[in-house]
Amino acid sequence: MGVPTAYLSRRYRLSASHRLHSDEYSAERNREVYGKCNNPHGHGHNYVVEVTLGGPVDASTGMVCDLAELDGFARTNLLARFDHMNLNTLEEFREVVSTTENFTIEVYRIFERFAGAKVQRVRIEETGNNSFEYSGYR
Amino acid sequence: MILLTRKAEFSSAHYYWNDAWSNEENERVFGKCANRNGHGHNYTLEVTVEGEVDPVSGFVVDLKELKDILEREVVSVYDHRHLNLEVPEFAAGPFGKIPTTENIAIAIWERLQGKIPNARLHRVRVYEMPDLFADYYGER
Repeated sequence: MGVPTAYLSRRYRLSASHRLHSDEYSAERNREVYGKCNNPHGHGHNYVVEVTLGGPVDASTGMVCDLAELDGFARTNLLARFDHMNLNTLEEFREVVSTTENFTIEVYRIFERFAGAKVQRVRIEETGNNSFEYSGYR
Repeated sequence: MILLTRKAEFSSAHYYWNDAWSNEENERVFGKCANRNGHGHNYTLEVTVEGEVDPVSGFVVDLKELKDILEREVVSVYDHRHLNLEVPEFAAGPFGKIPTTENIAIAIWERLQGKIPNARLHRVRVYEMPDLFADYYGER
């Protein structure tokens, strides 16, 4: 029998503000499309970022990847960059609207650089009622 | 085809240790999880099965039966036990696996395989904490 493949998921919490607004639209069209999310002063969420990594379970550790390494990577590359920030002020959202769809894709790309295991999926809960997933499909 | 998920909970003690390594190496890799006195978690288990809906009963599986199977095969063996000391698949020795969340999910899959009538196992998910969980789909 081969080595079992398992998937490990970790949830991180961060709070940030954003405003949904597209320069392609008129002011009126922006209000129509984004509703109260277009409020010029922005608003914020407590985001829950769920990252799933997959791979063979290492026989000597029983793990898909080292959790401390994953948490360290997340602290530097996720939390330090986005927690308590205004997403619209960041380079990542200069060209794209700071929807949670685009945020999810950005976080997936960030975790593609994590060397410990392969990212399989990123799921972000914007509120308890809204969540978004990206698994790298185009 | 329908997927159906049943939850169960168990509370267990464990520690992480690889006998092939020195004390220093175990402490370096596993950190505070290597404390040989053990520590514990409230685990949540989610077992997802897949199957066709029986045209007469409208069920994929009888939930009461599934609950009883989880109780007998998993909860009664793991709950309020020390996984390293009292559960054979994690016992010290050449066949004992380290009771990580990943290995617990795999062990539960192996315990349940072939035990659920009229349905196939789809996924075993084990939450060690609400913010950390492992999934196993039987992939090797």
